[in-house]
Amino acid sequence: MANLSRKDVEHVAHLARLGLTDDELGTLEGQLNHILDQYAVLAELETDQIAPTAQTIELENILRKDEVRPGLAAEEVLALAPERAGPYFLVPPILGEHGN
Amino acid sequence: MSTDLTRLHAHQMAAGLRRGDFSAHELTAAHLDRIAATDRPLHAWVFVDRVAALREAEAADDRIVLAREEGADALAALPALLGVPVALKDLILTRGEPATAGSRILDGYVSPYDAHISERLKAAGAILPGKTNMDEFAMGSSTEFSAWGPTANPWDLERVPGGSSGGSASAVAAYQVPLSIGTDTGGSIRQPAALTGIVGLKPTYGRVSRYGIVAFASSLDQIGPFARDVRGAALLLAAIAGRDERDSTSAPIDVPDYAAQLPESDDEAAASLRGVRLGLPRQYFVAGMEPGVETRIREAVARLADAGAEIVDIDLPHTDYGLATYYIIAPAEASANLARYDGVRYGHSVRLEGGDYIADYLATRGGGFGAEVKRRIMLGTYALSAGYYDAYYLKAQKVRTLIKADFDTAFDQVDALVAPTSPTVAFRFGTRLADPVAMYLSDACTLPVNMAGLPGLSVPCGLSDGLPVGLQLIGRPWDELRLFQLGRAYEAITADAAWRTVEPRDLAALEDPATPSATDRAAAVGAAA
Repeated sequence: MANLSRKDVEHVAHLARLGLTDDELGTLEGQLNHILDQYAVLAELETDQIAPTAQTIELENILRKDEVRPGLAAEEVLALAPERAGPYFLVPPILGEHGN
Repeated sequence: MSTDLTRLHAHQMAAGLRRGDFSAHELTAAHLDRIAATDRPLHAWVFVDRVAALREAEAADDRIVLAREEGADALAALPALLGVPVALKDLILTRGEPATAGSRILDGYVSPYDAHISERLKAAGAILPGKTNMDEFAMGSSTEFSAWGPTANPWDLERVPGGSSGGSASAVAAYQVPLSIGTDTGGSIRQPAALTGIVGLKPTYGRVSRYGIVAFASSLDQIGPFARDVRGAALLLAAIAGRDERDSTSAPIDVPDYAAQLPESDDEAAASLRGVRLGLPRQYFVAGMEPGVETRIREAVARLADAGAEIVDIDLPHTDYGLATYYIIAPAEASANLARYDGVRYGHSVRLEGGDYIADYLATRGGGFGAEVKRRIMLGTYALSAGYYDAYYLKAQKVRTLIKADFDTAFDQVDALVAPTSPTVAFRFGTRLADPVAMYLSDACTLPVNMAGLPGLSVPCGLSDGLPVGLQLIGRPWDELRLFQLGRAYEAITADAAWRTVEPRDLAALEDPATPSATDRAAAVGAAA
């Protein structure tokens, strides 16, 4: 059923924001095609009239009271930041010279 | 005390603490000493905080002393797990401590808050000595996909403990703790319980709040207990289960006092089997099942029948489609959940010169994730991508409906199902690493249960080639109590079985300084993941 080319694998890796080496891309091309071949059995089943299941318990519209509560300790959270500037996370620019 | 406290069951520890036979400090110190003496070859733990555990134990002792002064009622009202050590899988957050989910991308992460179950266990006075090893992001069936090296199986140190909760399973099997917590997305509690000869439960989807747990596949993930007997698992589930409004999928359904409803006497437990209708799904005796495993399962079913259970042959016709369905749905959900690891707010982060943020993401994620996690992200991203969504993801969701309907039909006829947990006993390091599909087949008998959201219990049922085999009991939604009762009854009718006296055969080797570490053993067979 499936036949992913090397170019397809590179495209999916880019969509997934995974920087992969040439070796990894080569290995994945073989493995992904082998795994996708296992999916082919699903085509045997007639499912036009079958509703999809996204989750198994019948809970809907779960809401809680909209009330003010303490958040996480800002210092503990910011201490995890790779780069920070005072009380802010420092992030790479996404607008301007290098942004898109 | 001359007795080795680490050999007791959890309920015996709780009773001994109340009687004053030993203190929580003594009990905790005995376990910490055992971890220190045995974990180099086993590698069940990735983080142990001895000082904090002993401090928690002293607080537990204070509560016990106070209750004893107040009288018998106050002692009886103490939480069941007060003073009892419980290991946590390394994807459960505990404030101020690391949680890596077995991944380099979370190296150095320190949790800024407690998971719901961590809060519950702390309030109950359970002792939390640290975190156990696991396959990266819970993706795997052998614990070989941990970024920190594999965990060994105390039954044979050259074999895997199963996974992904392999550290939690081996820690209980090797008497490092009486109880531990795992998570189960496709079999990650039940399969390692089977492979290490202990009890493990995957509760009904929605039974336990997942607030503060690193997510893998959100429509499948569920938290559950490991123990060396059914009562221990029942005590631990009661301590963590129930509605928590911070997880909107945790259900507002009453949690019974499971352990209180399990008979003390073996005769009473065995008698409860009379008239119970148990379904035997023929599709679970799969191609590739080891003959020794099948023999043990069929013997176990015969014992249940001898004790008065009615065995009914059941068809679950869509079982063979489970593997493909699971390996579309779980990676798809994982690819979305793992998008959060972008190196901006926490965790592994690469900032390249030049300021191209896409290049930063590619380098952060490409270097931070291991091989299996990348494989699943790729599968999931592909299955959800434009042009393939209907053919893969939507199709899998429809087949999921058929798989669930099979179980619904079965439960019209029977009270529970009995099946193998794993088609094989514990396998050797390295034997399934090169072939992802071979590794995925480890969970053929467990993953349909996750897709239907049902509870599943694995209990030990004997040995094949000297290695443990697990019997899986599958129940209706929210019917964990019946699974515990059946598991307890099976313990009762096999209480005198010779295999129950057999210890994990490499227990002595764990304490021998000449025994190689788990990582060295795995590397020796070329299996470093």
